[in-house]
Amino acid sequence: MIFQLFFSFAKVGLLTFGGGMAMLPLLQRECVDKRGWATEDEMLNYYAIGQCTPGIIAVNVATFIGYKKRGTLGGIAATLGVVFPSIVIITAIASFLAMFSGIIQVQKAFAGIRIAVSALILVSVFRMGKKTLKDFETVFLALLAFAVQTFLGLSPVVITLSAIAYALIRYRIAAGRDLE
Amino acid sequence: MIYLQLFWEFFKTGLFAVGGGMATVPFLFRMGQNTGWFDANTLTDMIAVSESTPGPIGVNMATYVGNRTAGPLGGLVATLGLVAPCIIIILIICKVLMKYMKHPVVEAVFRILRAVVIGLLAYAFWQVASVSLIGVKEYILFAVFIALIVCFKKVHPIVFIILGAAAGLFIP
Repeated sequence: MIFQLFFSFAKVGLLTFGGGMAMLPLLQRECVDKRGWATEDEMLNYYAIGQCTPGIIAVNVATFIGYKKRGTLGGIAATLGVVFPSIVIITAIASFLAMFSGIIQVQKAFAGIRIAVSALILVSVFRMGKKTLKDFETVFLALLAFAVQTFLGLSPVVITLSAIAYALIRYRIAAGRDLE
Repeated sequence: MIYLQLFWEFFKTGLFAVGGGMATVPFLFRMGQNTGWFDANTLTDMIAVSESTPGPIGVNMATYVGNRTAGPLGGLVATLGLVAPCIIIILIICKVLMKYMKHPVVEAVFRILRAVVIGLLAYAFWQVASVSLIGVKEYILFAVFIALIVCFKKVHPIVFIILGAAAGLFIP
């Protein structure tokens, strides 16, 4: 199981181009669809925590799922898995790295990859949105989060913390109403 | 002790950079200024390279800086320094959270947070899309990919990524 965690996350790390958010479709595939290690709701919970805690989101999610399946050791194995391919690849090309990104074919291939990755992210967002956004409030909050980040440039940390504050106040009000 | 210094510098970056890979950039910029390990131009190159190699961007940058400064072992040490605070903090959160996950307050908070994360993910899409969908050709390719991904749900994402690379190489 420890090895399985390491290899599954190494696979995700190897196939991710463009950072933590681009990892979502791959994590969905590997951890939700294929292995059943987490539900989509849990995956979104981990992303939410990753937004407002220090460190790399991919590492946060890997630690969470690894811990859930096999405790502390599982969390460490999954994290080492997700960073392993990067360490190997970057170490291998470190000496001629600046050259690598200057190659015209590499640039062209990555322009194509980015289009595929943006399509994958959009489909994932829709797939998760369909399950999570069930009423007016959640749809409105998702749109609001998108809008304040896009147009006001608010950091995800501020947005996530405000959302927590909103949820707590709302819970208090609802609880108060129940008591009356 | 260059290794200890690398570990410590990246440990601090990992501890304070909240909100994902790109959040490490301002910290790396300062680190370059303070230590003289790399300059702003090298940092820009590193960002470009990180975006065109697989894996989390922060990890790529740590490995690269460590390598440039102290060889392959330096790369390993810098990366471990970067992820160490993250692992420690998340493990603590895990232990607490798993205990209270079913508490109604925690459930209420996560119901809201999940909705907000959908919005943030939509923004992540928007960021990638706004630099990649720069012309009619790109939009058509994008539409084709959406159709393919929706029609062939069982196909692994890597197939679409490879198709994307091929399309980038062979479509003039």
